[in-house]
Amino acid sequence: MAVKGFLREKSLYLLLVVFALVLPFLITDRYVFQIVIMGCLFSICTLSMNLILGYTGQVSLAHAGFFGIGSYSVALMTKEGVSFWLALPLASLLAAATGLLIGLPTLRTRGSYFAIATLCFGVIISVVAGNWIEVTGGYTGIVGIALPSPLFFPGIGPISFQTMVAQYYLVLAFLLLTLLVMHRLVYSLFGLGFMAIRNNEILAEAVGVNTFAGKLLSFVVANFFAGLAGGIYASLIGSISPSTASIDLTFNWLIYLLLGGAATLAGPILGAFVIPVILDQIQFLQGYRMIIFGILLIVVIIYFPRGIMGAISDLVRRARACYERGKGMKRAAAG
Amino acid sequence: MQLFLQQIFNGVMIGSTYAIVALGLTLVFGILNIPNFAHGHLYMLGAYLCFFLMNQYGFGYWISLVFSVVIMAMMGMLVERLVYRPLQDRPQMSSFISAIGALIILENGVIVIWGPQGRRIPNPYPGIVKLLGITMSYQRLLVIVSAIALIIMLQIFIKKTTAGMTIEAVAQNREGAMLVGINVNRVSSITFAISAATAAAAACLVAPIFMISPTMGAFLGMKAFAIVILGGLGSISGAIMGGYILGLLEALGGGYLSAAYKDVYAFGALILILAIRPTGLFGREVS
Repeated sequence: MAVKGFLREKSLYLLLVVFALVLPFLITDRYVFQIVIMGCLFSICTLSMNLILGYTGQVSLAHAGFFGIGSYSVALMTKEGVSFWLALPLASLLAAATGLLIGLPTLRTRGSYFAIATLCFGVIISVVAGNWIEVTGGYTGIVGIALPSPLFFPGIGPISFQTMVAQYYLVLAFLLLTLLVMHRLVYSLFGLGFMAIRNNEILAEAVGVNTFAGKLLSFVVANFFAGLAGGIYASLIGSISPSTASIDLTFNWLIYLLLGGAATLAGPILGAFVIPVILDQIQFLQGYRMIIFGILLIVVIIYFPRGIMGAISDLVRRARACYERGKGMKRAAAG
Repeated sequence: MQLFLQQIFNGVMIGSTYAIVALGLTLVFGILNIPNFAHGHLYMLGAYLCFFLMNQYGFGYWISLVFSVVIMAMMGMLVERLVYRPLQDRPQMSSFISAIGALIILENGVIVIWGPQGRRIPNPYPGIVKLLGITMSYQRLLVIVSAIALIIMLQIFIKKTTAGMTIEAVAQNREGAMLVGINVNRVSSITFAISAATAAAAACLVAPIFMISPTMGAFLGMKAFAIVILGGLGSISGAIMGGYILGLLEALGGGYLSAAYKDVYAFGALILILAIRPTGLFGREVS
């Protein structure tokens, strides 16, 4: 049974990956395709936010700040002539290192204190981005950031990233990498430690989990991927401004993550695709759009604290229980 | 010297509004343990109500102020009932996220009704006085004096009236307060009403001096949180002191260091102090 379940799960994953790989052949509309690319990119953000917020239970609201660090670093480095493929890991490492520096003091705090401290840091980043004009270009930002330089694959030849299809595969590759790392991390001993911290920090400490080191690791890894996503964003979009690091972006990801389902691996991706599509569909509502989202956020946190994924797994469990009961009754009637 | 005194005056003026706003927040956050992250947005809505009543209905400044305060008191109760009460037995983080939902609604609601652009409330007292070389407008003096009056009134309310004392009882021991027959839900309601009403009062007082805009609440709310944490959760005197200190810090920092970074001094100070004392300057542990 366990083996069969495992195989079924594996084949489901495989199916999804194949679907993602052939997706460019199914979508012809450029606008829809752009939404898909952004969905992949923001999935990296929500997945990494999920690590610190969903699995470790620490509400970091500096995520867009680290995304901003990644995007500004890549923009500045590529402007200086550094290759994108060197700039991207450097930018991610810079985001991770900043995360370490900020995490050391702020992770000593708990609950709302941590949320507010990280929020303050996020705001500082965006204010600095808006005012440090010599470096960041102030509120106009940086424009004309080069696309990733062509990659040479043995046997295939150089691949340039001029086309949307190539850009899509680039983002998808990084999304799969993120997913792989998250999967390995969450199902490792570290991951269990993260969840122990989330469920009861004092108890986790008492049974020997190094809670501070756990929180720090989770925070640094999350910020590494936030920086990575920011770097890709800067290069693909070609222009950045302080709004790239604004708290609005953090709040958007928070909505995607919570509505999709925190502390699951599918939920953040689901949220990052479904919510922007819904937002796009209800564009005619204009300003009322965000009001509806505010209401939705409150309703979800009150009634469906585990988001869409939680609601789905509840439904599945209920259906299965119903089915089992039906089978039991039949057997009882026959016997 | 003249610049210094002028900055001190401005700092005390802006500090007065910080003190009132932080006071309202410390009642809710420190005493009810609800991280009302939408507090700054209630302040913003208060200012808009004042603007709306004066512009649309031609009410006088003081009548608009009183109406705004009363409406916001009811609004505070509504927010408590709809946004926070269903989550009272859940981790604090749930309330925090619910609060983000509330602030999105408030900010975009104001944008839908009154537009995203900044507005100006006509200054009811445009005159100025000069003293020791510093320029003081009547409205700024009014802010300082009213803030002190409000703070004293609030102190009397909490220490001397039954309703106020029940708030303090809940703060000291929630279960104990329930045991002696205090309706904790009603206390939550009253606390939220006072919190929102004082925020509205501060907003209406200071609105004729600065522009009002839908986004003005976000930074103010965060600063109020910084003050409350630094001054010690639930400490009323800490919130008042913290408010004035931050006002002075911003005015002097803005005058002497850099005005562009004025808004981040509070946030930087908060991170620094939390680095040294994770529970705030005079804080106690939160769950």
